[in-house]
Amino acid sequence: MRHKIKGRLLNRTSSHRKAMFANMVNALIEHEQIKTTLPKAKDLRTFADKMITLGKKGTLAARRQAFSFMRSDDLVKKLFDTLAKRYESRPGGYTRVLKAGFRYGDMAPIAIVELVDRDEAARGAKDKARAAVEKTTEKTEETAVDVKKSDLTSAKPMPKKIDAKSASANVAAAPARKTQNKGG
Amino acid sequence: MAVPKKRTSASKRDMRRSHHALKPEAMSTCKACGEAMLPHHVCPACGERPKAKK
Repeated sequence: MRHKIKGRLLNRTSSHRKAMFANMVNALIEHEQIKTTLPKAKDLRTFADKMITLGKKGTLAARRQAFSFMRSDDLVKKLFDTLAKRYESRPGGYTRVLKAGFRYGDMAPIAIVELVDRDEAARGAKDKARAAVEKTTEKTEETAVDVKKSDLTSAKPMPKKIDAKSASANVAAAPARKTQNKGG
Repeated sequence: MAVPKKRTSASKRDMRRSHHALKPEAMSTCKACGEAMLPHHVCPACGERPKAKK
């Protein structure tokens, strides 16, 4: 008899399942909205809600309990600071599962799991920040490369072996590349 | 090995298949954008949520 046995097996060993839900709770707490299959989404609720309840307790013991499952300092901190504050007056039910059609390839029912009253900026915040940084550094690197090249062509005397034709070609190529880089 | 003694007649075959017809998918229209969508699902076109739970 399987009386009162909660949760799905999801074709995984218990350690695999535990690791998967720990990863998924971390993803949910970091991004506040994630997309997964409907059965996983439904089981994820119990884990996520338990973590938030621990966060609301706010004690050191609760913090250690949460860390023992999540294994992430940053996200435990977020859980105990921002999320605990956000859900102070909400008596449970911190997550929402929305159905989102069927996956192409295996027709698996897909769901969107999100924290109630989620912060919409949290989803993919790290990636967005990194992309922004990459964009700015790319620009500065490009200008740096341009400066180096012009230094090389102007300051370094051309080796005697290179004939005039290829030297002029080099000089002609440098400004062309400069304008190209500025465009991109 | 047990094998059928007689070929299944066209009538018997078709009677068996009388339950094989596909039913059309129940569809609804999105209240926000009017696009066809599955009931109780997030609208794939505009992201409108199903009716808020209370």
